[in-house]
Amino acid sequence: MRHLVFIVLCLCPFLASGGPSTNSSLEWEDRKLFGNTSNSQAITVLSSTDTSVFAPIIESFLSDNPELTIEYLVAGSAEVYQRFRQSPSSYDVVISSAMDLQLKLVNDGLAYRINDIQHPDWAQWRQSLFGFTLEPASIVVNKLAFATLPEARSRQAMIELLRTNPDSFRGKIGTYDVRQSGLGYLFATQDSRASETYWRLMEIMGSLETRLYCCSGEMIEDLANGEIVIAYNVLGSYANARTDIADKIDIILPSDFPNTMMRTVLVARKSQQHRSATSFLRYLTSAGWDDSDSDKPSLPSIKDDPIDTQQSIIQLEPGLMIFLDKLKRRTFIKEWESAIIQ
Amino acid sequence: MKSSEVQIAGSLRRRLAVTLIGGMTILTLLLFFVVRNYAAQIAQQSQDSILSASVTSILDAATMRDGEVQIDIPYASFSMLGTNTDDRVFYVIYQDGVALSGYEELSIPKASIDETSVLQSTTFMEVPVRQVTASRVLAGADFRTRITASIAQTQDNLSGTLARISRNAAIFGAGFFSLAVLLSILATSTTIGPLKRLADSIARRGPQDLSPVEKPVPSEMAPLVSSLNHLMHRLDKSMTQSEDFIAEAAHRVRTPIATVRSHAEMTLQRVDKEENRQALRSMIRAIDETSRAAGQLLDHAMIAFRAHQLEFEAVDLVEISREIVLRMTPIAEMKDIELQLSGESSVIVSGDSILIQNAVRNLVDNAFKYSPADSNIEIEVQSRPSPYLKVVDYGPGFLQAEIETLTDRFTRGVNAEGTIGSGLGLTIARDVAAAHNGKLVIENHHSGGACVILYL
Repeated sequence: MRHLVFIVLCLCPFLASGGPSTNSSLEWEDRKLFGNTSNSQAITVLSSTDTSVFAPIIESFLSDNPELTIEYLVAGSAEVYQRFRQSPSSYDVVISSAMDLQLKLVNDGLAYRINDIQHPDWAQWRQSLFGFTLEPASIVVNKLAFATLPEARSRQAMIELLRTNPDSFRGKIGTYDVRQSGLGYLFATQDSRASETYWRLMEIMGSLETRLYCCSGEMIEDLANGEIVIAYNVLGSYANARTDIADKIDIILPSDFPNTMMRTVLVARKSQQHRSATSFLRYLTSAGWDDSDSDKPSLPSIKDDPIDTQQSIIQLEPGLMIFLDKLKRRTFIKEWESAIIQ
Repeated sequence: MKSSEVQIAGSLRRRLAVTLIGGMTILTLLLFFVVRNYAAQIAQQSQDSILSASVTSILDAATMRDGEVQIDIPYASFSMLGTNTDDRVFYVIYQDGVALSGYEELSIPKASIDETSVLQSTTFMEVPVRQVTASRVLAGADFRTRITASIAQTQDNLSGTLARISRNAAIFGAGFFSLAVLLSILATSTTIGPLKRLADSIARRGPQDLSPVEKPVPSEMAPLVSSLNHLMHRLDKSMTQSEDFIAEAAHRVRTPIATVRSHAEMTLQRVDKEENRQALRSMIRAIDETSRAAGQLLDHAMIAFRAHQLEFEAVDLVEISREIVLRMTPIAEMKDIELQLSGESSVIVSGDSILIQNAVRNLVDNAFKYSPADSNIEIEVQSRPSPYLKVVDYGPGFLQAEIETLTDRFTRGVNAEGTIGSGLGLTIARDVAAAHNGKLVIENHHSGGACVILYL
């Protein structure tokens, strides 16, 4: 059905301009239309980033390109991957925090190659996948709960803290459910690569009835209202974006082995809107949105690297696909489950 | 065919250059393709060895646990496949022919049963890939199972490397070629050089220089130079002989004739019988004619000989004319002919005095012969526009039709009937003019007599 609708869309762009009917049969975390709906050129952006975080960027882009309309569809990073795979011609731009899944999309030939973009080599793959933000995985804590406790500055310190105060944290720890969250899986696998400490931490978190979340939003929400007091491997950028709870939480970058994720963007090879989609991608990679007014918190672009995160950035390389291997994933999930679900 | 014209058949320099440059072109192309092929092989080998290492690391990670195959693929298996151009990677893992994981559409070669890895170039997802497949047997307590792993990688980096190598090889080849061409040109000039120098040195020689070539020449030129030296030696000898012969002949011919003439004159004075006197007079005239003819023949030979080796010096044309007029005045007076010399007092030309003297004498002599009694012969010498000497007589002049042919050897005009002469006078004058890069103009004077102008 969706294919049919899409074909109609392609054949009669003017008819379709009235309102995006694509993907209407699917459930979305959020969907929003930006720009003048009477515009003939509409691009569909499939993204894992919350609308509230991304809206200022899109609005800033549209103010420079008023002739465009953007339909912004939000899903979890694993969902983004699956939906795009199922219907690679229904979306023009794919933005996701799960670098491994994005890389796999490119590897499987679903992305459009854009040769004339000057982007640092470490932040692009095959001139098709472009990293445009730098977002470290962090430990976010509820300030109130930690009033009398030392803050966990590293994973090792967190293990010590949980060990010595098991009762304070039982049922009060949150982390991604790596089975559902693409980004959670990416962070978890990168952690496991870095150190055995990760597995010890998972075991102790498992023994303290850790809550599992599909998405950052809910986890931060629970953290703000005190449901949980410590969230492991959350995006600090998301927490930062919530200015309303800024005084309640503390964002800690683990000092032992930080992992920094790049939010990546690609243009679908089968897109009918290569030109518009490319100009949007170009806008994202040029970090043109980053220098705008800072009253609205934005994503940290790769251009204004605040600390020397280069070493901790997850590399865009074929190795990312290893943990997507069926056998490897099965083994990892099994191990993870046995550690965290006790 | 003039002596300066040479029949040309090809060029040694061009032949040499073409051979050398042609050879270099073939060598360069050969070099380019050999280097390129070799580099392609090496580049392919390095990709193959990385792919093989990756496959091996996957197979090494395969283990059996509780009757189930587990493959904990190391991160490095794919990390090591990272290239500058971010080549795409596809892989598949089979257990006894059943796909376990990876890209199930990626077919593996049937031959990959044994332990050794199979390398092949194929296409996957419509792009050319290099595929390495290997397998390994896992043996448990009561069973055996074969794990086969295959990794394919696109060849963007390889083709980039190849393009770079090809470009470098092309630049290197072009450099090599230009150098080779330069060297060829240098080699050609070096080789042709001695030949050109020999030719130049011979062309620069003076007319009398017939000495052998003494400068050392390359061995290949030795036969030529030897023949040349030999030829010049013979020429020198023959010319010396000719000169001697002419001088000798002049002496040997003139003296006896003069002796015979004086005897005849003495006899004429002693003889009284009119019959005998008449015979003697005829005899004297015949002797004069002979003497004259012999003189002219020798003059002509001398001119022909000397013309090729002129000795230029400053000669006063007026002086020469004056001497001749002086010498001929006694004979002229006998015929009541007046020789009048006019024009400038001195006209200096560069030339061979003996030849010029000869020419002027012959012209005046000719005028004298054809002048009727009691007439004038006018000789005019001027330096402008170019130095010339004009002799005008009041004889019968030339027949218009004959003017073109008169200067041919031994040709005498129709009007010359009854006068002494060999027909060489004008030929001598013309040859002298030609030897001095001048000319002889023959025409009829408006008075009807002959007018001959010698331009020098």
